[in-house]
Amino acid sequence: MGVHVIKLPDVGEGVAEAELVEWMVKPGDNVMEDQVLAAVMTDKATVEIPSPVIGKVIWVGAKAGEVVAVGAPIVRLEVDGAGNAKADETAAPIPEAKPPAPPPAGELSAKRTEGAPAAKSPPQSPSATASPRAGERKPAPSRKEGEKPLASPAVRKRAADSGVDLRRVTGSGPAGRITHEDLDNYFAYGGSAPASVSGLAPDTSVKEIPVIGLRRKIAEKMTVSRSRIPDIVYVDEVDMTALEDLRAKLDAEKKEGRTKLTVLPFLMRAMAKAIAEQPQLNSLYDDEAGVVRQYGGIHIGVAAQTDNGLVVPVVRHVEAKGLWECAAEVARLAEAAKKGTATREELSGSTITITSLGALGGIVTTPVINHPEVAIVGVNKMQVRPMWDGAAFVPRKMMNLSCAFDHRIIDGWNAAVFVQRVKTLMENPAMIFVE
Amino acid sequence: MTDLTTKLLIIGGGPGGYVCGIRAGQLGLDAIVVDAEALGGTCLNVGCIPSKAIIHAADEFEKAAHFANSSALGISASAPKLDLSKTVSWKDGIVKRLTGGVGGLLKKNKVRTLKGWASFVDGKTVDVTTAEGVTRIRAENIVIATGSVPVELPFMKFGGNVISSTGALALSAPPKNFAIVGAGYIGLELGIAFAKFGSKVSVVEAMDRILPTYDAELTRPVAKRLKELGVNVILGGKAKGLSKDGKALEVEQNGKTESIPADKVLVTVGRKPLTDGWGREKLTLDMDGRFIRIDDKCETAMRGVYAIGDVTGEPMLAHRAMAQGEMVAEIVAGHKRRWDKRAIPAVCFTDPEIVSVGLSPEEAKAAGHKVKSASFPFSANGRAMTMEGEDGFIRTVAREEDHLLLGVQAVGRGVSELSTAFGLAIEMGACLEDVAGTIHAHPTQGEAFQEAALRTLGHALHI
Repeated sequence: MGVHVIKLPDVGEGVAEAELVEWMVKPGDNVMEDQVLAAVMTDKATVEIPSPVIGKVIWVGAKAGEVVAVGAPIVRLEVDGAGNAKADETAAPIPEAKPPAPPPAGELSAKRTEGAPAAKSPPQSPSATASPRAGERKPAPSRKEGEKPLASPAVRKRAADSGVDLRRVTGSGPAGRITHEDLDNYFAYGGSAPASVSGLAPDTSVKEIPVIGLRRKIAEKMTVSRSRIPDIVYVDEVDMTALEDLRAKLDAEKKEGRTKLTVLPFLMRAMAKAIAEQPQLNSLYDDEAGVVRQYGGIHIGVAAQTDNGLVVPVVRHVEAKGLWECAAEVARLAEAAKKGTATREELSGSTITITSLGALGGIVTTPVINHPEVAIVGVNKMQVRPMWDGAAFVPRKMMNLSCAFDHRIIDGWNAAVFVQRVKTLMENPAMIFVE
Repeated sequence: MTDLTTKLLIIGGGPGGYVCGIRAGQLGLDAIVVDAEALGGTCLNVGCIPSKAIIHAADEFEKAAHFANSSALGISASAPKLDLSKTVSWKDGIVKRLTGGVGGLLKKNKVRTLKGWASFVDGKTVDVTTAEGVTRIRAENIVIATGSVPVELPFMKFGGNVISSTGALALSAPPKNFAIVGAGYIGLELGIAFAKFGSKVSVVEAMDRILPTYDAELTRPVAKRLKELGVNVILGGKAKGLSKDGKALEVEQNGKTESIPADKVLVTVGRKPLTDGWGREKLTLDMDGRFIRIDDKCETAMRGVYAIGDVTGEPMLAHRAMAQGEMVAEIVAGHKRRWDKRAIPAVCFTDPEIVSVGLSPEEAKAAGHKVKSASFPFSANGRAMTMEGEDGFIRTVAREEDHLLLGVQAVGRGVSELSTAFGLAIEMGACLEDVAGTIHAHPTQGEAFQEAALRTLGHALHI
């Protein structure tokens, strides 16, 4: 019997540490070769750590949510034979990380990590593997039927004077004792309303959800964006009637196997056209280095909601893609993102972003720029509205574009010009396709 | 006939009634307390207070007698003499001061008192027969606080040599042979006192042990002390009546009848609520066995008619009545109150004393709790040793899952005063850790409380 130590492998280029988001095994479990031990998350991709050997887990080195340095031991297995524990450090057979080498720019890789776990289990719920964190409040012990609420006479009197039935108050003290503070809380949040006849009762429970994994990444990104970027938001409405007619026709006559068209590919093409005239919008601003990197290739991130939160898969080189190609790529990436199978590469490298809450409704959004990009285009719901055509009100399919720009790089004038250009293109869709 | 009207009429001036009156006065209610006897009820006049005075005198006398044969303490004295009639008048002085004090307190709080026998006319009207005639009182609210009276044995009625506790507290000399029927707390308290005064005391108990309402573990040190004092305890015995010459008590035990010489026979076979003689038949009250049924506001089946104290049920204890009286006054004054007490301490002023607050281990188990319990003996307590009071212990009873203190019991010299700490801990919802984490002054008997909690937690220090 020997001990085999598994260390956190190099999970991606330039990655020095990764967050352990989920354990698939626990001490005492027997594992097979190639059985997945844990999932770690780097920038945006989740990578599984397989076991290189057969053995029994005797130790795990991190809790879910903890950040582990590459090369740090994360699992010890009891194995037949000598194991690798003595050979140690340098000779440790680090299992090969699964993510593929980054594809060359311009190449869309369909290769992805095998069954990235993000979809299987939300990283927000590590409770199965992680012990309760410090500060996590134990749920108040529930009183048995008919048991008197536990409270000092002073608390009881105060409750009686205020008409509060202590049976409705959650006690935070030992053995569920109701304190003056619990009453304060009850008055503040729960319950100045007397027990309602409708049978509705205030729920004073507080659930602590550790912000880890993707949620932490999102939080960090949003904080960076909002704290660093002085943005300008510009909204205009677009008459989509002509574009919608065209889209309907194209869809009706589409070739077998082609993706159904949405508004998005038209918008992407229109943006590509507008960016050709205003290339500074397709930039990444490295504000620490003081450099704006203006990209020739237009890589449009398309924000997508998944069960685990927001991800932004990227359609690369929109300038080199036709309408149908854009549509197909958007559909494929959205599916991959939802399943959690999108690779790191598919989830990074955008130069400008589209965010759409269109389906949900809403007149205006104030999109948060995907730092270090300098522009984001927000799509609002398309609705038939009465528009004045000079002689009468006519029903038109109207849609708002809510766009935000990094005002450090993009002047308000340029922002407006860009939006107006996109608007013109969308309202006259033929112009999108005419050189 | 004179007529009075009032917001609150209280029938009975015992600890329930007079406290209700004082609190009502404090709250600005117009209130009248009616009692046919002196204010203070059984408790002040013929119960708690006078018996404690007699017990104290007996303890002092016994101490002196103890020194008459030289003692381990190195003190010797000549044999003491007792003039019980003087003791009794000293006791009467205390009673007079206290009952006078109650009258003063009621007066100070502008509560009217009326001496006379009250009888209901209807749910809002009471006739009080006083020395001057009948006074009719109309009241918005009426509190029945009529208390309880000693139970009489039908074949051995009170009178002559058969006395109740009231009679025992007024004896002019200790009976040479003193037979007591009933080994409850009243019989034992008085029996022990008279044994110390020099009476040859016999106690007859129908059950197989003394103090049947307390668990056997608690009563064992008392049984031991009874033996030391030479008290003849007849368990499983049944009093059959006085002998023909009236100088002995006939007792049947194991099918044999025995004559126990008795100059006086004290009958303490319990107390019964005083539910008759005051016009209960004029009302429509629901009963709960022999007691008047009340809800958690002490209200009876009739609106505006409350009942408090012994007339409402067990435990028939003055402090329960006082708490009820206070609560009812507040309810009548419009406060939102209901009975929410967690524990009513019970104390036996035997030698040694017994205290029980909350649930015993057996009661806690019966109530469906998983129980954790341990006791700490006074033989390991320094202060108890210095007081020659090593018998007894303090026991804590806690719920296993969260260590909530469910009960505390103690037996030992002077432990009645510890009932305060026990009661406070339970009323505050203390856990074992709360008691264990409280510094208890050294050297005191109270340390045994902390140690009992520690021992229940598994790490007592001094044992």
